[in-house]
Amino acid sequence: MSAIDTLFQQLRTAGRKAFMPFVTAGDPDLPFTAAVIRELFARGSSLCELGIPYSDPIADGPVIQASYTRALDRHVKVSDILEMVAGLRPSDLGPMVTMVSYAIIYRHGLEQYVHHAIDAGLSGAIVPDLPVEEAGPLAAVCRRSDFSLIQLITPTTPRERARRIAEQTTGFIYYVSVTGITGERTELPPEIVDNVAWLREQTDLPISIGFGISRPDHVRMLAPVADGLIVGSAIVRRIAEARGRPREEVLREIGDYVCELLAALEAER
Amino acid sequence: MPATSRVPDSAGRFGPFGGRYVPETLTRALEELTAQYEKAVADTSFQAELEHLYRNYVGRPSPLYYAERLSRRCGGARIYLKREDLNHTGAHKINNTLGQALLTVRMGKRRVIAETGAGQHGVATATACARFGLDCVVYMGEEDIRRQKPNVFSMRLLGAEVRPVTSGSRTLRDAVNDAFRDWMSSVETTHYCLGSVMGPHPFPRIVRDFQSVIGRETRRQCLEQVGRLPDVVVACVGGGSNAAGMFYPFVDDAEVALFGVEAGGRSAQPGQHAATISYGRPGILHGMYTYVLQDDDGQTSPVHSISAGLDYPGVGPEHSYWRETGRVTYTQATDAEALDAFDVVARAEGILPALESSHAVAKAMKLAAERKRDDVLVICLSGRGDKDAHEVARLRGQEFG
Repeated sequence: MSAIDTLFQQLRTAGRKAFMPFVTAGDPDLPFTAAVIRELFARGSSLCELGIPYSDPIADGPVIQASYTRALDRHVKVSDILEMVAGLRPSDLGPMVTMVSYAIIYRHGLEQYVHHAIDAGLSGAIVPDLPVEEAGPLAAVCRRSDFSLIQLITPTTPRERARRIAEQTTGFIYYVSVTGITGERTELPPEIVDNVAWLREQTDLPISIGFGISRPDHVRMLAPVADGLIVGSAIVRRIAEARGRPREEVLREIGDYVCELLAALEAER
Repeated sequence: MPATSRVPDSAGRFGPFGGRYVPETLTRALEELTAQYEKAVADTSFQAELEHLYRNYVGRPSPLYYAERLSRRCGGARIYLKREDLNHTGAHKINNTLGQALLTVRMGKRRVIAETGAGQHGVATATACARFGLDCVVYMGEEDIRRQKPNVFSMRLLGAEVRPVTSGSRTLRDAVNDAFRDWMSSVETTHYCLGSVMGPHPFPRIVRDFQSVIGRETRRQCLEQVGRLPDVVVACVGGGSNAAGMFYPFVDDAEVALFGVEAGGRSAQPGQHAATISYGRPGILHGMYTYVLQDDDGQTSPVHSISAGLDYPGVGPEHSYWRETGRVTYTQATDAEALDAFDVVARAEGILPALESSHAVAKAMKLAAERKRDDVLVICLSGRGDKDAHEVARLRGQEFG
């Protein structure tokens, strides 16, 4: 059992839901990323998703894309990111996974990437450009190492295919709320609730919902059907807008924002 | 294993290359496109309509022209030019966009998006969309908009919206990224008309098939004019669509030597060229497993070429397959060699070749010189150079107009 399996089991027993923030590694630098992750866990997050900057992220909207560009402009390397993660001791904080392009994993070598990630204390990977047909080789490596390979299901995924993806997934299913790229939305499509409810009947895996979630009313809408909620661009945007301001102040603001969403999540228990 | 023309397989693999490395959101549209394409291929009315458009709208077949003065100048093989520059819109790109526009109509979609580098694919897409009454949005890097102003005007005149791409290198690669991002949100109503033999399955196959009209005609014309197949065929390779269309019908003819010419840029230093097969290695980019220019972390490398159409850090997966099997020899021409070749063709033949095609000419002139006088060498003159006149003048510090 990976740390992710244990986490969701504990949450289920307690009747609670996971709050799962996303942060870009190295934006604006790795020490700050480490401080943000500590703050996110300290405020009650269950799992942290760490974005590995990539030069050509086609599933990402302008906010995350720009954060990747900023990090890469400062030449952040995967090895530096893993070193930062190791320094955080995820076993003390909570499970962490990377959002990482298959271009990066392939270049490092599948075995190598997974083993280095495990050595750093990571529990899994979300690979947004690796559909189920192409996931076989990486899935085999992950299975051997008890490293979760979290796969995505979207509103455009046909139902038969969704079942197949669920069978191949470990850790949790990442349900993408919208047909589109990452980024905050004012409103989310109401059919998510029914789609996730259907998916729930097909699998015992935890289901986390991401893309577009940024407001307490989103949390209230989705918490009843989800095991976890993922919030990315709203946090990355706050970091981008805070440039030049005292870091303590920015950390507190991010923490307060997370608390606001967590309160909405706890209210749905 | 020798190369075969019976690729890709049902997973979109050319040997180990190709595949479909895209976000889950796009997979249903790619499945639908694959299914529609299979149906279209089997449908004689689709083929007849495309054939009709090629003949009466594009002006096909394009001539295979014996370039006598150019041949004499090189002092070796007889050089023939496959005149894709004479097509409607001035390049080979229209062969593909008309085919994809027909597929768009069959799928019941009303909106088309495209990426463009030199602007040739953008103009060809805008043209096909105007012809079929489809809405058209073209993503183009800011840097390329500057280099290729006449094509930007043409696209707008044809009713397309040109969206400047300001991220990254502001060239073709970033235009591809933005087109994919648009498609992530619009996939239910929009077709992405990809402009080269690249990207996720089924694009490399579809674009190759539509462009193969170039090689099929060349084969027939060469048999008619010379009485046999050519000895050497040369084409430039960026993403690689004119080359794939030219080479594919010759793949099983072992006696025909095939040469792909990449953009050698200023030098072999990283960032100074766009010679992906020459200097790259297999990796993942834009939905495909193929040769790419990447650093050790998997980040895409910057590229440079004098020609906006070759300025791309990847290459179609079938080219990677042809390289691995040894069926095609990949080589390169520098910016300076391409500019010289541009001049030579202009003055010897009265033809302004596109800077992209000038790379093929530069290498072909050398190959021809090494050959016997009765050898036959065909160059795919993939587009006309009018669009480059401004840029050539700028590079030489000359005033234009």
